[in-house]
Amino acid sequence: MSTLMSGARMLLECLAREGVDCMFGYPGGVTLPFYDSLYDHHIRHVLVRHEENAAFAAEGYARSTGKVGVCCATSGPGATNLTTGLVDAMMDSIPIVALTGQVSTKLIGSDAFQEADTFGITRPCTKHNYLVKRLEDLPQAIHEAFYVASSGRPGPVLVDVPKDVFQAQGHYQPVSTIHLPGYKVFTEGHTGQIRRALQLIKKSERPLIYGGGGIVAAGAASELREFVERTGAPAVMTLMGLGGLPSNHGNFISMPGMHGSYAANMAMSHADLLIALGVRFDDRVTGRLAAFAPHAKVIHVDIDPAEIGKNRAADVPIVGDVKHVLGRLNRGLEEAKAEPEQSLAAARRAWWEQIRQWKLEHPLQPVTSDSEIKPQHLMAEIDRLSNGQAIVAADVGQHQMWAAQLIRFNEPRLWLNSGGLGSMGFGLPAALGAQFARPDKLVFAIVGDGGFQMSIPELATIASYGLPIKIVVMNNGYLGMVRQWQELFYNNRLSSVTLDCFPDAEKLAAAYGFKGKTIEKPWELAPALKQAVSEPGPYLLNVKVSPLECVYPMVPAGGAINEMVLGPPEPVAEPVKP
Amino acid sequence: MLQVISLLLENKPGALMRVTGLLSQRGYNIESLTVARTLDPELSRMTIAVEVDSTLRQQVIKQMNKLINVLQATDMTDSPSVFREMLLVRVRTPQESRAAVLKEAEIFGGRVVDSSTEGFAIEVTGDPEKLNEFVDVMRSYGEIDVTRSGVLAIGLEPKKLRLQPPVPTKAGVLVTEPKD
Repeated sequence: MSTLMSGARMLLECLAREGVDCMFGYPGGVTLPFYDSLYDHHIRHVLVRHEENAAFAAEGYARSTGKVGVCCATSGPGATNLTTGLVDAMMDSIPIVALTGQVSTKLIGSDAFQEADTFGITRPCTKHNYLVKRLEDLPQAIHEAFYVASSGRPGPVLVDVPKDVFQAQGHYQPVSTIHLPGYKVFTEGHTGQIRRALQLIKKSERPLIYGGGGIVAAGAASELREFVERTGAPAVMTLMGLGGLPSNHGNFISMPGMHGSYAANMAMSHADLLIALGVRFDDRVTGRLAAFAPHAKVIHVDIDPAEIGKNRAADVPIVGDVKHVLGRLNRGLEEAKAEPEQSLAAARRAWWEQIRQWKLEHPLQPVTSDSEIKPQHLMAEIDRLSNGQAIVAADVGQHQMWAAQLIRFNEPRLWLNSGGLGSMGFGLPAALGAQFARPDKLVFAIVGDGGFQMSIPELATIASYGLPIKIVVMNNGYLGMVRQWQELFYNNRLSSVTLDCFPDAEKLAAAYGFKGKTIEKPWELAPALKQAVSEPGPYLLNVKVSPLECVYPMVPAGGAINEMVLGPPEPVAEPVKP
Repeated sequence: MLQVISLLLENKPGALMRVTGLLSQRGYNIESLTVARTLDPELSRMTIAVEVDSTLRQQVIKQMNKLINVLQATDMTDSPSVFREMLLVRVRTPQESRAAVLKEAEIFGGRVVDSSTEGFAIEVTGDPEKLNEFVDVMRSYGEIDVTRSGVLAIGLEPKKLRLQPPVPTKAGVLVTEPKD
């Protein structure tokens, strides 16, 4: 059967078939035909206030559900504004499809109004991209885009559609198959390597599970939990993997890396076997590579062959979907269910004892004060309210690290943050996307006073849709992470990091029609957060925290991860302001 | 060291940009690049010679294999293979050297493709190193203009091509009734 329809209608038909119920976008000249068709279509379009935030919101939708997020922008500036979100999704392997309008095919290359080479610009920002110049190619491109975005190692895919393709009339033929002969997806894992991995696990005295974003992306949380329990090994989860193993699980240590816990980093440095699952040995995790996990053999499971051996050579490389591979490892462990030899069992008990010792020596614990709100105190209070259940979208900077250290996540897809790209401005729109995807969930947007002001226009979107997001600004009056580095490594010369003139939160929220409040005393914190959560609509809580707090532990750039700085160095130079 | 990479890729707009983009975003300079259709008109064969840090050679191949338009990327540098390049040279030569130039061309297996009172245009194919020598020799006879094709490579051992089979889409019944 084929039906005559416009390209715009055809695009909507394809989106509906892909199960899209909601998209985030901003219209413009060349997408007018598309928006006209959207006017009476059941797909919900959320009008954000800046295209970059459309991409971040689509990411928030995808990160909180695992489904493909969709964003839409017009040609030229609309498309170029999307690019930060595309790269963000690329770095964190988040499945989104971006639709952009393009000037009409006969105008392409003529420097037409709002023309930009979107296809060229987004080539390195996407997993794959399309410029559709003929209507008959449109359905194929859309279905391929969804397939590529969501399969293998997920990522962003962009489809650029010229205005005349939206307007053209054509017969819609449902696309039944996708054939991408060069797109190789490896899922199963090599049987021989899986056997070798099992042998290494069996013999290891000091095993350590190092899980990452791949666990979340693959939906492998239950397989990971079973694996952790079968092996009895301690586990660290990276910034991207938080929630992949419940934070309250007995085998979970914490996050490793630059601002990871002492115990997690010491465990990395002393393990004799690293079982790396859906991780990429990022520089923020490994510190100086040459000194990273020097005693460990490495089993590396990843769906992307290019990740294996990229930063750290793997003794046992396994290319595959970590869900499948963990399933196979679990079956292998079940079949070989032999108690470890006595000497090995003793070594493993000693290993656990050592880890407990490290945890006791330098625990990640909230710092409090009688006179001012410590940022760690703020995170601990949010943690208490969330109890491992709420969605927390963070922005980028110090608050992100404190949140990652101190807030528990007992499920995957609750912790949303820009891990790889570190895009300031991410938090608010990501929370917005997540709240649309999961309307029943309590959603916190924890943002710094810097990142908040980068996406402040989205307060209008939040207000206009009445989203009950709890926006918590950790306000220290500085670009805190940069200030921290200036304090520690640049003689405390505070160059362009002071953020004065922060708006009055109560008035700001009121200007958008919802409630807000500023607090600065520790005793105000718990009641204010409780009030924010009990408010039915959005809430803006501006929390003035002690301005000069630094995130510890910290591995200085280029340092080995066991060379952590655990607290402020003495003496700290006096701040110098211009 | 110079790495020679052979790629089989889809003959589609943008495919070339994806491959070269991988190299340029890492700051690698392409020494030569040739590309043309294969027996299957939907596919192209590309040969790239590029200076890549030896520790990153495998990573570059893996990244190329990840490209959706690339069916196969192979490092030809260390595998049994034949490299060939074609060169065209125009040499301006005085009457008394004409015989000598022709003799040299013959030694290098060259073919005269144009002859005039000014000199010759000569076509030579061969190993890139050999072509360098030919250029040096021709230069000694007079003013020259040279254009080279870039290196072509073919592997001497058959390499299994792994292709992804087609997958079904989420098509099905019409979800919405079109109104326009």
